Amino acid sequence: MDRELMTTTDTYVPQIGDTRTNGNGTLTTQASIRQADLALDALESEGIHIFREVAGEFDRPVILFSGGKDSTLLLHLAIKAFWPAPVPFALLHVDTGHNFDEVIEFRDRVVEEHGLRLIVAKVQDWIDDGRLTERPDGIRNPLQTVPLLDTITEHKFDAVFGGGRRDEERARAKERIFSLRNAFGQWEPRRQRPELWNLYNGRHKPGEHVRVFPLSNWTEADVWNYIAREKIELPSIYYAHERDVYHRDGMWLTEGPWGGPREDEEVLHKTVRYRTVGDGSCTGAVESTASTVEEVIAEVMASRLTERGATRADDRLSEAAMEDRKREGYF
Amino acid sequence: MAELLRMATAGSVDDGKSTLIGRLLYDTKTILSDQLAAVELTSRERGEDQPNLALLTDGLRAEREQGITIDVAYRYFATPKRKFIIADTPGHVQYTRNMVTGASTADLALILIDARKGVLEQSRRHAFIASLLGVGHLVVCVNKMDLVDYSAERFEEIREEFAAFAMKLDVSDLTFVPVSALHGDNVVHRSAEMPWYEGTSLLHHLEEVYVASDRNLIDARFPVQYVIRDQGSDFRGYAGTVAGGIFKPGDEVVALPSGFTSTVRAIWGPGGEPITEAFPPQAVTVQLTDDLDVARGDLLCRPGNRPQASQSVDAMVCWLTERSRLTPGAKYAIRHTTRSAKASVVELDYRLDVNTLHRDEAAESLALNEIGRIRLHTQSPLQFDPYRRNRLTGSFVLVDEATNDTVAAGMLLGPHLATAKVVWQHGTLGREERATQGLTVWLTGLSASGKSSVAAELERLLVAEGRPAYLLDGDNLRHGLNGDLGFSAADRAENVRRVGEVARLFADAGMVAIASLISPYRADREQVRAAHQAAGLPFVEVYVDTPLEVCEARDPKGMYAKARSGEITGFTGVDDPYEPPVHAELVLRGDEGDPKALAARIRALLGPH
Ligand SMILES: Nc1nc2c(ncn2[C@@H]2O[C@H](COP(=O)(O)OP(=O)(O)O)[C@@H](O)[C@H]2O)c(=O)[nH]1
Repeated sequence: MDRELMTTTDTYVPQIGDTRTNGNGTLTTQASIRQADLALDALESEGIHIFREVAGEFDRPVILFSGGKDSTLLLHLAIKAFWPAPVPFALLHVDTGHNFDEVIEFRDRVVEEHGLRLIVAKVQDWIDDGRLTERPDGIRNPLQTVPLLDTITEHKFDAVFGGGRRDEERARAKERIFSLRNAFGQWEPRRQRPELWNLYNGRHKPGEHVRVFPLSNWTEADVWNYIAREKIELPSIYYAHERDVYHRDGMWLTEGPWGGPREDEEVLHKTVRYRTVGDGSCTGAVESTASTVEEVIAEVMASRLTERGATRADDRLSEAAMEDRKREGYF
Repeated sequence: MAELLRMATAGSVDDGKSTLIGRLLYDTKTILSDQLAAVELTSRERGEDQPNLALLTDGLRAEREQGITIDVAYRYFATPKRKFIIADTPGHVQYTRNMVTGASTADLALILIDARKGVLEQSRRHAFIASLLGVGHLVVCVNKMDLVDYSAERFEEIREEFAAFAMKLDVSDLTFVPVSALHGDNVVHRSAEMPWYEGTSLLHHLEEVYVASDRNLIDARFPVQYVIRDQGSDFRGYAGTVAGGIFKPGDEVVALPSGFTSTVRAIWGPGGEPITEAFPPQAVTVQLTDDLDVARGDLLCRPGNRPQASQSVDAMVCWLTERSRLTPGAKYAIRHTTRSAKASVVELDYRLDVNTLHRDEAAESLALNEIGRIRLHTQSPLQFDPYRRNRLTGSFVLVDEATNDTVAAGMLLGPHLATAKVVWQHGTLGREERATQGLTVWLTGLSASGKSSVAAELERLLVAEGRPAYLLDGDNLRHGLNGDLGFSAADRAENVRRVGEVARLFADAGMVAIASLISPYRADREQVRAAHQAAGLPFVEVYVDTPLEVCEARDPKGMYAKARSGEITGFTGVDDPYEPPVHAELVLRGDEGDPKALAARIRALLGPH
């Protein structure tokens, strides 16, 4: 993993004046990966530029890292940006307690391999001491906001990297790459600063912080193509595996610390994979036999459902849900 | 080679922009079934019988409903050939700010015109902003062709009117496509309804348009972003994004502002991949052979091709906030490349009416969405290139230090020249006694920049006044005086030296010597200037600053085409550098008038006799 994070293999090195054309439009997955290379190079450079800007301008940045694919990609970019020096930031995981074992194991292994410092803010701790109360539906994704903001304040973090992408849904399409949060951690749509060229304005007052989204211009397809190109390891649950699942709200859920099937919900043994990982109580698996990154890409290309629409119950609550939570200070 | 195309869209409200973008997303299968289902549901609720594609992207309406600032929204789609990023800006009258933001990173601007309404004031404004922001490619979609019976005449009419206006702008590539966003004609697929249209579909054009040459691959510029030090390996490298030109291991570089020189030892790509050639917009890490004191905000470039350096600069700015106005005397923080400094606005030269291009010199401030030309004074010198030459080293933003808001977007024009007057040297005996006093006018610029036509007009003008003048045309002299010289750097230097000597002799004899030659290297021209100064003769350097794309589009002798195809090498602007003057007495731009008018501007500098 270490070596693979550091070096790229089979990278197409563009030459000045190179005009590659591509055949007749019918592309195999392999070909589409190569086609995407120049765009991926540009996205990678943009992301690295953003990491370095933050390193140059802020005192205490932190990377949100859950072990999910977007945050793993984010960390991969950070490692590449500061090579051969270590990443000059700590990592922060806001832990719902509703975890998949494979993801936590992966998270801890990556942290150790790269000698990183991980801070874990456990939603459970906030519930235990009464700063938060469990929701009736048991879903904990929305409860992450308070622990996140408390931890940012406690550690005086001034820049917080997230893996958010503008293509995720409409509310994010206008999100800035540097997104200012006020002293209450809130997003104020009217105070967002125009962003021009590659000049980012990270100035902020004491107590305020800036959310930084280096993957803003990536799409889900870009993320997967890049994971394939860079051979980035992901938690195993992103690939097809067998699992006992039950059907609820149009999703395949699995039993875990968050609970299990109700009496009327039949448990089936299926081959599934996850497209996002998060709070297990509301993150659904999709039926899939894609067991390699190439197969996942083929599936994503052919897929007719957006990532969040497919698998996150809480995003489906309302169309304005994301906007509301952003104002509250959620990712 | 650009597989990523960034574009900005603009159109007046209801021209069909949302429908067009929705159509592009839909026909390229970017829309996913749940998004489509949501759109179908909303359309049905509104009593529309087919899915309204505008709902997929309609920023304006969505945001009004949510009560949120109307702004720039980014959309993504990809075809096997390219990935596209659309900066979608609502077309409302006053949103100049948003279009400026969207256009700042765009390779191409897509402007919508309603075929029934024709070219509106807003269409002109959109085109002007795109050209101001250096977006070289404009695509005008004449939409709703279905409502004008797919009329070729109507399309032609609009095309002619728009093209006539665009002539005044700095647009190198202008394309018109007649479309019906609603029905999909000529958007992704060629339309059967418009057999008279011989061009390609919009998408096909977007996939094929050649944007790689828009980047400046001539002036090597590397703003240092961050110094990477690794204790373990003793590694020290300068991380940054190449902003211009090409850097290679072994290149001699100079660090600015310190001026110390060193050599590139190695260049590393992300994650430590060795790089043999780094060019924009690659993020790399550069190691030098010497231990220089280089920090964030410094700039690496080649010793023979430095940017302008000045504390007093002229710039165009767009004011971005409603909370305050730009007024002379105000102080801000300026962010330019990776550097920040304090800056004060010394003067507002004029406010530009973006609809009529009228310059209001009486204006005393700039409000939200207003554009004007200002003079800035910065606390430390900016190392910059004019925006038209390099968008990354020529752009800046102003930040209000009290609110931390980004309040202005700026494009650098050049160092402020304190009304450059020619210094006349008197008292050299003998010369005074001649009937006329000579001098040299030296026109430098790219091939096909228009130097020779201006020079010829100037010669005609002076001779008509009865003043002895003689044109030394670089190309012509290569047939005789310099017939033995080629185009190597050494031969070019010798070419310039000889013409410089001849000019000096002519000037000494009392003539106005008008030299017109590319003379690409700054050092060579500086020697000619020094020789004139030593002889007490005036030397007027005129930089004919015509963008490469324009020269290349003119290409009267087919030289650029040959250079691009590799048939000839070492061609200035293509694979050999052009180093613009730092202290030119006059900078002429092709868009400032015809050769006669430009010649008259030189004439005005020369004084009576
Ligand atoms: N007939 C016709 N109507 C169109 C066309 N394109 C857009 N429209 C209609 O024009 C109206 C405004 O379109 P919309 O995309 O919302 O405009 P926007 O304000 O520029 O985003 C809508 O009613 C569209 O259905 C077209 O090509 N033909």
